[in-house]
Amino acid sequence: MSARPLKFVPASEFRARAAAAVADPQLRQSFRRAMDFLIERRAAQFPDAEVLDRQRRLAEQIRQYTLARLPDLLEQLERRLVDNGIQVHWAETAEEACTVIIDIARRHSAKLIVKGKSMVSEEVELNHALAAVGIDALESDMGEYIVQLDGEKPSHIIMPAIHKTREEIARLFADKVPGAAYTESVDELIGIGRAVLREKFISARIGLSGVNFAVAETGTLCLVENEGNGRMCTTVPDVHIAITGIEKVVEKLEHVPPLFGLLTRSATGQAITTYFNMISGPRRAGELDGPREVHLVLVDNGRTQAYADAQLRATLQCIRCGACMNHCPVYTRIGGHAYGTTYPGPIGGIVSPHLLGLAATHFMPTASSLCGACSEVCPVRIPIPDLLIRLRGEAQHDALHGHQPLLGQGAARNPLLDLVWTAWAVLYTHPQLHRAFLWLATRLRWLTPPRQSGWTASRTPLKPAARTLHEHMTSRRR
Amino acid sequence: MSARERILERLRSVPVVPLPEPDLGAFQADPAAVSTRSSRTARIERFCERMNFWHGQVIRVTRRNWAASLRDLCADRGLRSLVHGQVTEFADELRAAGLPGLRVFDRPVDSWKAELFAEVDAGLTSTRGAIAETGTLIIWPDEREPRLLSLVPPIHFALLDADRIHDSLPEAMREQGWAAAMPANALLVSGPSKTADIQVTLAYGAHGPKELIVLLIVDEEEAR
Repeated sequence: MSARPLKFVPASEFRARAAAAVADPQLRQSFRRAMDFLIERRAAQFPDAEVLDRQRRLAEQIRQYTLARLPDLLEQLERRLVDNGIQVHWAETAEEACTVIIDIARRHSAKLIVKGKSMVSEEVELNHALAAVGIDALESDMGEYIVQLDGEKPSHIIMPAIHKTREEIARLFADKVPGAAYTESVDELIGIGRAVLREKFISARIGLSGVNFAVAETGTLCLVENEGNGRMCTTVPDVHIAITGIEKVVEKLEHVPPLFGLLTRSATGQAITTYFNMISGPRRAGELDGPREVHLVLVDNGRTQAYADAQLRATLQCIRCGACMNHCPVYTRIGGHAYGTTYPGPIGGIVSPHLLGLAATHFMPTASSLCGACSEVCPVRIPIPDLLIRLRGEAQHDALHGHQPLLGQGAARNPLLDLVWTAWAVLYTHPQLHRAFLWLATRLRWLTPPRQSGWTASRTPLKPAARTLHEHMTSRRR
Repeated sequence: MSARERILERLRSVPVVPLPEPDLGAFQADPAAVSTRSSRTARIERFCERMNFWHGQVIRVTRRNWAASLRDLCADRGLRSLVHGQVTEFADELRAAGLPGLRVFDRPVDSWKAELFAEVDAGLTSTRGAIAETGTLIIWPDEREPRLLSLVPPIHFALLDADRIHDSLPEAMREQGWAAAMPANALLVSGPSKTADIQVTLAYGAHGPKELIVLLIVDEEEAR
């Protein structure tokens, strides 16, 4: 039942998947409808552009201030968490993160882990790693539960099952959930999920969750959710494991409200979510519920690579609201699965190269029209198009002087294209040669091929004019 | 070297210019948020309006009649059992009001998880206050009122003192001094549990309570 690992995604597969998605009217409609809904809901939350601008600037400042002190804050966070009785683990890679969690699960002889929504756990392919050692990982967020039941991955970071219609989910439940009758009522479908998952909350030894904000000052893990499954996962089982990227830390508790306020309004157009769950330790003496053990796994997985570069560091400002995806004309048309990565859309384009390397992801920064809608709505003002352009370049050439090479640096390099640009540079820096070239090109224009590879797929062929501009100018002066 | 040391070393090897601490006043001076302290009446009104928006119900009660109101609400809904914490004042008043099926959450949940999930119709908790701007309850579970009281039973009744409604979250954090002493679990609750994961259609009672009913304790004259 666990999702297939999608480690390496050749660009050709992306193109094929994108073409298939564009040709699927049902999928197009699902996404268009959902994205329009989210765009409208978000807009209704921000009636005053000036106020929004001020709030976004503050959120950006908080994130940049935090990142500027990241190593200190991570150490402070660790100290406070340990003081509070939370065990802290560090993982450099996806594999290390999975190993840490498997070790904890084995120590508790856990056969089942119930999971709240966590994109980092998707990113490290935790479900797959657990399945390999015989531990079941059950997603409990309704959307995640639905996609897991169908052996899929989420297609949106906030609304994982957005690509599915109600009828598809009705059929899926009737087929896969024991004892469930076919129903297209959303209330009844949710009721079926609720009943199945409540049993699992009771029987699971371990609950796993992500983290939205980790507060260094107080040693507090904050979780944002509407359903209550996050609270179940972090309260009912004996052990709670939280997993998060190292960038999710904030210094002070008072830094949370501005970020939280923009997160929910940008993501789903809600002024606040149903639950904001702040966890500062395991069950205390005398308390009658709550986990007896709480763990936090801090994951690097390529984030330090983004951190090392002053421009790319802005990637780590992200609070994972998904607004950039909702407003992206490319994402809206091809959906999340076409990308084949955990994080799709504009944010996926700037974060995935650090997690998976440019060799596997160099197509992602190119899957953008650079219209800039993403950075306009980004609550922490990440200049996404600038970063996409930067990564497109990094995929094409060696690291520039004074820069560390990125993972997969130059992976999309094409020798033929290199040659073309070298020749271009020579022609345009040598006037004699340039004139000779133009004379030749205009006279031999009948030789230009009508089919010019990718160019003519949707454009008319390029053909030199009969006479050069210089020739035109000379004849006019006469 | 451990993963921790390697990660920290990589981060520390990057020359990063320190930035000044952000001025949070810029956010709190937001005219759209409730900036200046509003009146008690305005806070109550706003809280009720926002809580209703989240599908939470607000019932105005007084310190004298809240238990009787709760008894009537339970009777109207045909509830057979209500679980509450070890708060002595509650227990006495609830018993005095003659609520049927009262249960006290007085032993570790480990020994009766299944029972709590299957057999309890409603839970009652107190609150530490509320936030008017977003229609939000502040709940700090403790040894007397466990976390699951507000999560597992299908109906959650919450007692809120109207004196403790704050304008905004930052104000509540500041005035209640959260940063100095966070409990093991602190919660903000805005309405019953919900999801829009199936075709963006809103459904209540996803995993937590299907209904949230706030018993708002107001003065005698405000209750009329």
